[in-house]
Amino acid sequence: MALSIEDIKKIAHLARIQVSESEASATLTKLTGIMALIEQMQAVDTQGITPMSHSQDVVQRLREDVVSKTNQREAFQKVAPVLGNGSSEQAVDGGLYLVPKVIE
Amino acid sequence: MINSSLKALGQMLAKKEVSSVELTQTFLNRIDALNPQINAYIALDKDKTLAQAKAADVRIAAGNAAPLTGIPIAQKDIFCANGWKTTCGSKMLANFVAPYDAHVISQFDAAGAVNLGKTNMDEFAMGSSNETSYFGGVKNPWDFTRVPGGSSGGSAAAVAARLCAAATGTDTGGSIRQPASLCGFTGLKPTYGVVSRYGMIAFASSLDQAGPMAKSAEDCALMMNVMAGFDERDSTSLQREKEDYTRDLDKPLHGLRVGLPKEFFAEGLDANVGKVVETAIAEYKKLGAEIVEVSLPNTGLSIPVYYVLAPAEASSNLSRYDGVRYGHRTAEYDDLMEMYCKSRAEGFGAEVKRRILIGTYVLSAGYYDAYYLKAQQIRRLIAQDFAEAFKHCDVIMGPAAPSTAFKAGEKVDDPVAMYLQDIYTISTNLAGLPGMSIPAGFSASSDGKALPVGLQIIGNYFDEARMLNVAHQYQQVTDWHTRMPEGLA
Repeated sequence: MALSIEDIKKIAHLARIQVSESEASATLTKLTGIMALIEQMQAVDTQGITPMSHSQDVVQRLREDVVSKTNQREAFQKVAPVLGNGSSEQAVDGGLYLVPKVIE
Repeated sequence: MINSSLKALGQMLAKKEVSSVELTQTFLNRIDALNPQINAYIALDKDKTLAQAKAADVRIAAGNAAPLTGIPIAQKDIFCANGWKTTCGSKMLANFVAPYDAHVISQFDAAGAVNLGKTNMDEFAMGSSNETSYFGGVKNPWDFTRVPGGSSGGSAAAVAARLCAAATGTDTGGSIRQPASLCGFTGLKPTYGVVSRYGMIAFASSLDQAGPMAKSAEDCALMMNVMAGFDERDSTSLQREKEDYTRDLDKPLHGLRVGLPKEFFAEGLDANVGKVVETAIAEYKKLGAEIVEVSLPNTGLSIPVYYVLAPAEASSNLSRYDGVRYGHRTAEYDDLMEMYCKSRAEGFGAEVKRRILIGTYVLSAGYYDAYYLKAQQIRRLIAQDFAEAFKHCDVIMGPAAPSTAFKAGEKVDDPVAMYLQDIYTISTNLAGLPGMSIPAGFSASSDGKALPVGLQIIGNYFDEARMLNVAHQYQQVTDWHTRMPEGLA
């Protein structure tokens, strides 16, 4: 199926990546080439073949339901991004991350 | 000293012929002299490095040395190392200082090895030439106009130019083996699940595997003894007994059955690379190996399958970079959606964005069966091809890369041409098998440069010790692995 410029914009939105008009058309060309490569798969008859998601046939391990991690909030928040919009402070306040208001 | 094996360096340290501080300083001096041109390292922290070397000297003096104690190792910048800038080659993480250690880093720390610095790589390990790195390309030490391969290009150049005693890499579709081939050293991608992925920045989690990049098979075996082992923090780490990967190095190869997949010697392979590989295989015959032809009929499909599965997994893994808790956040934004979309547009490079978009597309509503499910089904066919081949042979051999190192800039605008670099390596990742590349000779480029060629050795699951034996025996009767680029002394 041929990709359109609208598809690129839709996928980019789903992926939360801003694309300009010129980027979208350049991306379309590249992705069309890659999808043509991927389409080679369609020639293979895969009826009845069990999909392989992982190379080893293992089950997930279980562990005791006990506390295993200590609180490392300070260490982790040291790498918080800069807030932006004119502020060069880190985007944290009182142990919370600062983001634009999402609930009125 | 810079050409010494890890074993020899260990002996020199034990006999106090050199201290770890002196050894480390020797490599740091080489890095100062050569890295501005080669760009193999993107983060150095000499104080931390030398502190580790001093601690190693204390440990050696106390008689508690392990085999790699005091030995300077370069770490691919995909491994989180506490207090070290860890960028994964991306603007997204350009200011990220890791708050914890990857399992691989803790293993080297526990062994008393010295972290020399973090090496350059394709952004989020997506690339085969190191040219997608936000921190610039890496020069191939054999010819500065050419790429070192990728994604572990910085580690590759560091090993080849002797800017470290050995290095770590990761391999999702060939990122240890293809650069090992292009830069002329020994690199091993272990069986999936043998080395913990904890703290290794995720690209495609069902394929990512860390491994050693070093001058010889023996060095790789010593590195594996440190890197491999069960880790409960990685849900796919395999619970197995600890192995000594050096145990079989000296075994004779008489009776070894070497399978040659006819698909690895078909159209697309550079004729001169093919000749070098055939000469290496003739050497194996002399060592007593028996050559059998095998077939991996779905080899050609491994690239389309990979470019569905790896981007699909990447699109999910990289969704964590949202500008909220760490990583790049855009400077100006009005609402949350704009903050996400701009932060990601600015933080990711073109190739990473392409792969996220492909992954998002193949996983989007209505396309799952046609792409993702189909790719997983063909993945099983590829794994079955190997299972069938291993009924007739002990190891599989062939080229690791279809050509020698190519010119910088040659393939950057043609993603599909770049992807074909991994035609001989990707299928082992899909199957989860171990693979390695060892130096097998040189091929003259059109402009007269001698460029290294790698021989790939693929083993059955958990057969790393045998593969290292197979490589080591070849390295006892050849000297390709001892060659070093001229002009870098």
